[in-house]
Amino acid sequence: MPIDILMPALSPTMEEGKLAKWLKAEGDTVSAGDVIAEIETDKATMEVEAVDEGTLGKILVAEGTDNVKVNEKIAILLGEGEDASAADAAASAPAAAAPAPAAEAAQAPAPAAPVPAAPVAAEPVEDPEIPAGTAMKSSTVREALRDAMAEEMRRDGDVFVMGEEVAEYQGAYKITQGLLDEFGAKRVIDTPITEHGFAGLGVGAAMAGLKPIVEFMTFNFAMQAIDQIINSAAKTLYMSGGQMGAPMVFRGPNGAAARVGAQHSQDYASWYAHVPGLKVIQPYSAADAKGLLKAAIRDPNPVIFLENEILYGHSFEIPDMDDFVLPIGKAKIERGGTDVTLVSWGIGMTYTMKAAEELAGMGISAEVVNLRTIRPLDIDTVLASVRKTGRVVTVEEAFPMCSVSSEIAFQVQEKAFDYLDAPILRVTGKDVPMPYAANLEKLALPSVAEVIDAVKAVTYTA
Amino acid sequence: MAAAKKTSAGTSRTRSSAKKAEPAIAEFTKEEELHAYREMLLIRRFEEKAGQLYGMGLIGGFCHLYIGQEAVVVGMQMAKIDGDQMITAYRDHGHMLAMDLDPKGVMAELTGRRGGLSKGKGGSMHMFSKEKHFYGGHGIVGAQVSLGTGLGFANKYRENGNVCMTFFGDGASNQGQVYESFNMAELWKLPVIYVIENNKYGMGTSVERSSSMTDLSQRGASFNIPGEKVDGMDVRAVMAASKKALEWCRDGKGPYILEMVTYRYRGHSMSDPAKYRSKDEVQKMRTEHDPIEQVRKRLLDNKWATEDDLKAIDKDIRARVAEAAEFAQTDPEPDASELYTDILL
Repeated sequence: MPIDILMPALSPTMEEGKLAKWLKAEGDTVSAGDVIAEIETDKATMEVEAVDEGTLGKILVAEGTDNVKVNEKIAILLGEGEDASAADAAASAPAAAAPAPAAEAAQAPAPAAPVPAAPVAAEPVEDPEIPAGTAMKSSTVREALRDAMAEEMRRDGDVFVMGEEVAEYQGAYKITQGLLDEFGAKRVIDTPITEHGFAGLGVGAAMAGLKPIVEFMTFNFAMQAIDQIINSAAKTLYMSGGQMGAPMVFRGPNGAAARVGAQHSQDYASWYAHVPGLKVIQPYSAADAKGLLKAAIRDPNPVIFLENEILYGHSFEIPDMDDFVLPIGKAKIERGGTDVTLVSWGIGMTYTMKAAEELAGMGISAEVVNLRTIRPLDIDTVLASVRKTGRVVTVEEAFPMCSVSSEIAFQVQEKAFDYLDAPILRVTGKDVPMPYAANLEKLALPSVAEVIDAVKAVTYTA
Repeated sequence: MAAAKKTSAGTSRTRSSAKKAEPAIAEFTKEEELHAYREMLLIRRFEEKAGQLYGMGLIGGFCHLYIGQEAVVVGMQMAKIDGDQMITAYRDHGHMLAMDLDPKGVMAELTGRRGGLSKGKGGSMHMFSKEKHFYGGHGIVGAQVSLGTGLGFANKYRENGNVCMTFFGDGASNQGQVYESFNMAELWKLPVIYVIENNKYGMGTSVERSSSMTDLSQRGASFNIPGEKVDGMDVRAVMAASKKALEWCRDGKGPYILEMVTYRYRGHSMSDPAKYRSKDEVQKMRTEHDPIEQVRKRLLDNKWATEDDLKAIDKDIRARVAEAAEFAQTDPEPDASELYTDILL
């Protein structure tokens, strides 16, 4: 029976890739372990090895094909005595369906009875940070981050980047791709696996006036270094009576990726936002990433820049400008609306934007505030929206206890109590360590359905 | 030796022959002996006064005195050149005085006044001076070791020829980040001298009770960092070892470890009665190894100073310390508006 060769996943978050090259031709004999093809993602090029032996009967995806989905059938391997006709038959059969995740059924309650309202259109919003008439181009968050660092490194010789695998490996998540070639080993520095040590070294270099970008492979590992971030970077300016501080950026992916379990899946926004002396940024789009990382590098204070691995590969429109810098501490109305205010940031925005779109179809007009910066918090933009809508739902992936949502809810009730027409609700990650099993992980994270349910609750339309 | 364009911060004598058999004791000139005497005495008298003000309730919180260890920081100060940095932990008053910071500013910081080096917002453990290349003053044991390594990194990045003298105690020498820093410093050949001030007790725990390997000078061995044990009670030995280490670093050979064997006469902090050691042990160190008495004796033996000369120096220093103490008591507390300044730039 012919064996299907499927497009493999090269990382926990890969959804598709390019079939760059076939190293075997139809009719070639293949042994288990032979490299048969090369696959490229935006992160890396990897070799595909044969798992079974046989003859390559038919190649279904030509080399050079982009956007080949994981698990798509890419070739047919024939066993002994099988001929090409078997390959043709196999090729036309549907690919073996991936086992249906049990979570699909358990994930969310069925949508409530449809709200009998006409769909509403999003209110038009303009981005005050982008001059009218600016051309836009498509960029992934990954490219935006890389470009931001490269531009700032060209601009200022005191800026350097250090971290694990940032140089020769081109970045564990390819955020620093190409920087070593352009700026050399003096300014793009591979560190040993020694978070506490290199974070402290970076703070010391910053106290001397350099402007380090310290990359953590993930912020989960930054807990090893958190003493230096808080006790040294955040507090020195105050303790020295303003004489010296730490002009630097700590950046890297934060929060859950996919199926990496409890120790690699935590969102630290509220931890760092708790600390005076730090600025905390959590970008969502490529424009957020680029404009705010450039601002963070220029900022004379220690800035925590919380990226997200899932978002790295997402593409957004980004202004095609020479020097696109966004103000730190300024939220953005990402979508205009009148019935409810959705406040989110970072990857929470992905659920929020989808929910807002679905809500529009149900006749509920949601305004979406993308916080962009967590500290200093742009509560004024949130309040202005709340005064218009009277209802608030916050959306984030972090744990609920002492979360950024908690703080927003506090400030909104403090400053706009009389405008509220419903309790403030929050949609967060669940109050559990991140589980590994696919269905449990899905349950542990927020969902679009939960956002919609929360909005229905505060608009009394459930 | 030092980069030619820089001048020695200590005294300016040109030394003819540096080749000496071990142990390396640099013979001091009259000027060097007098300089060391003045500097160490200033620290001693300053710390005694700080202890007194603490007892009067004028200094709050923690206060860690440097009495007994003066030769370490003064010997290193005499070896350094302009621009070399110092960074240390919380037993930092002596380092600041050696780095030429105004005793008034230091003492006023201890009493939490607006004229303090950190405007009263740092306290005994947290003082800094960019101008004088003093980078703290750190309250977390061992944290300054990574920070000092970063200062060395900046020196190399800027190719300024300077060296960061990174001080820590025998207690801190068991912190993990010390070894993370050693590794990077040697890997990248950073100009850092790791000065382990071994005063034999990390708070109340002796080195023998805390360290599986007690020769702290060899703590860099697995990273290929050379190290040597130095009599930290003899300012001449400290200066000689420091010059050698500074030269090593300035030559681009990477970091160097100096274990300064020293002793603190007082408790770990003002609230420590130091019952973990005998009175005899302390008394023996004071009478036989006191760093200031050693210099004093040589000055008198060499007839480089008379008792009267030394009394005059003592009087002058007491006056400076008294002036600092007076300022620290009369200077106002910081304005309430300072609560919210210096958090962000």
